[in-house]
Amino acid sequence: MSLSLFILYKAILVVIVFLVSLVIAMYSTYAERKVAAFMQDRIGPNRAGPFGLLQPVADGVKMFMKEEIIPQVSNKFLFILGPSVAMFTCCITGAVIPWSTSLHIGGHDFALQVTDINIGILYIMAVTSIGVYGIMIGGWASNNKYSLLGALRASSQMISYEVAMGLAIIALVMSTGTLSLKAIAAAQTGWHWNIFYQPVGFLIFIICAFAETNRTPFDLPESDSELIGGYHTEYSSMKLGFYLFAEYINMFISSAIMSTLYFGGYNMPFIGRLGLSPNTMAILGLVFLFAKIFFFIFFFMWVRWTIPRFRFDQLMNLGWKILIPLSIINVAVTGGVVLFFHK
Amino acid sequence: MQTLTTRSKVASNKKMTLVEKLYLPAIIGGMRITLNHFFKKKVTISYPEKTREFAPVFRGQHVLKRDENGAERCTACGLCAVACPAEAITMTAAERKPGEEALYREEKYASVYEINMLRCIFCGLCEEACPKEAIFLTDRMVDTDYVRKNFIYGKDKLVDPIDKPIDVSKRETTETKEFKTHPEFAHNKLYTKSLK
Repeated sequence: MSLSLFILYKAILVVIVFLVSLVIAMYSTYAERKVAAFMQDRIGPNRAGPFGLLQPVADGVKMFMKEEIIPQVSNKFLFILGPSVAMFTCCITGAVIPWSTSLHIGGHDFALQVTDINIGILYIMAVTSIGVYGIMIGGWASNNKYSLLGALRASSQMISYEVAMGLAIIALVMSTGTLSLKAIAAAQTGWHWNIFYQPVGFLIFIICAFAETNRTPFDLPESDSELIGGYHTEYSSMKLGFYLFAEYINMFISSAIMSTLYFGGYNMPFIGRLGLSPNTMAILGLVFLFAKIFFFIFFFMWVRWTIPRFRFDQLMNLGWKILIPLSIINVAVTGGVVLFFHK
Repeated sequence: MQTLTTRSKVASNKKMTLVEKLYLPAIIGGMRITLNHFFKKKVTISYPEKTREFAPVFRGQHVLKRDENGAERCTACGLCAVACPAEAITMTAAERKPGEEALYREEKYASVYEINMLRCIFCGLCEEACPKEAIFLTDRMVDTDYVRKNFIYGKDKLVDPIDKPIDVSKRETTETKEFKTHPEFAHNKLYTKSLK
């Protein structure tokens, strides 16, 4: 493959991944409202377009048209930096996710993954850690007690749960023997999904994923009722939109990561036996991965409209006294199994 | 000591069992409930396209009915005004002139008939009191307005339009007629006495 073709193909892939993340985040807001409505025996948005499908567009236009307010007492540079960091970090996470196997077109091999770095999982952990800064900076720069409290809660919550999440991933890495997401996804053919080898690890991971994305029951940083929106109390217009959007993109990305790490990624049992061409397989893999992702996004919403918010001390109890010991035990047990059975 | 209420409950502070402490069974139970609701029939009525059906006994804006020849039934007897607990009805009586037989059924009629819709409580006592089957409460809503004086409805808004009469067949039934003429009811005593 020539360099120019390589650059063109990667550029197109990057743009597609970026656009898909944005569109899915856009329609997640619509889906969230629909799911909320359906679970409360209502219909939900149904006025803008057929079935209200243009509602996200209307919301986006509204966000752009709103007056942009920067509080006088705020630190203007940090105030703008906050949502930018939040948006930037959630968008670059999608780079290492293997969306499917490769497409063979004209003798070239086009892998449906922006980049396969051999420390893919560490990259994701690092980027999500930077994501906390978006919230912290925004909350600090607002110079408002609610924002500050929200930012404090966000940082302590994310730091606490990142430990357990990292330990859950360590157990996974021990059983798979690689840090590359592509290798992890490729190893899960047939029924060899990691969920069957790491059920406890998955449970810890999904709880931490809820905490990392600030979703209910861990939405303390932005609790509407007590903190009036938390870290984004002072934000308006598209900067507020960026924060909300970042949350939905985070949800999409963490769904993709959960599908890739534990639910076989683009693999589906029995599909290898059909004898399809590699290109068809790649496209089918893409469909399967997105089906899994959509299920997890629905799961996020399902949980949100079922479970009430934790109290802060309960949150800390759960994180430090239950999840971290549990994940350490999980690491020890996994290590023992790997050592004695040479899986 | 006697308790102040019969509904008091003793709070239980029992320790949670291990399964309860895990919370997961309770969470799964809760999620099953929300999923059931997800597939349930929705109760929403999409309002401007569909309107909710009124109950058959709904009482809305009044109408002053005409008889089968198109003449007004109201004779301005004032029983409705007397019956009205909100004192919303006022009227002025007038004598029918020769040549107006097609307009008014009887020789006395209401030249002015006003209902203050802000005072009206839509109890339906005027309808019950009316001996001439002239006033009815219909299933129409009273329109909104910006100024109070527009809520005083005169004959222009109350009298049944000739070209499209308002349907009160649900309320003008033989049962209601019988009810009105029943001599046992207090509101009929005067009327039945006058018949004798």
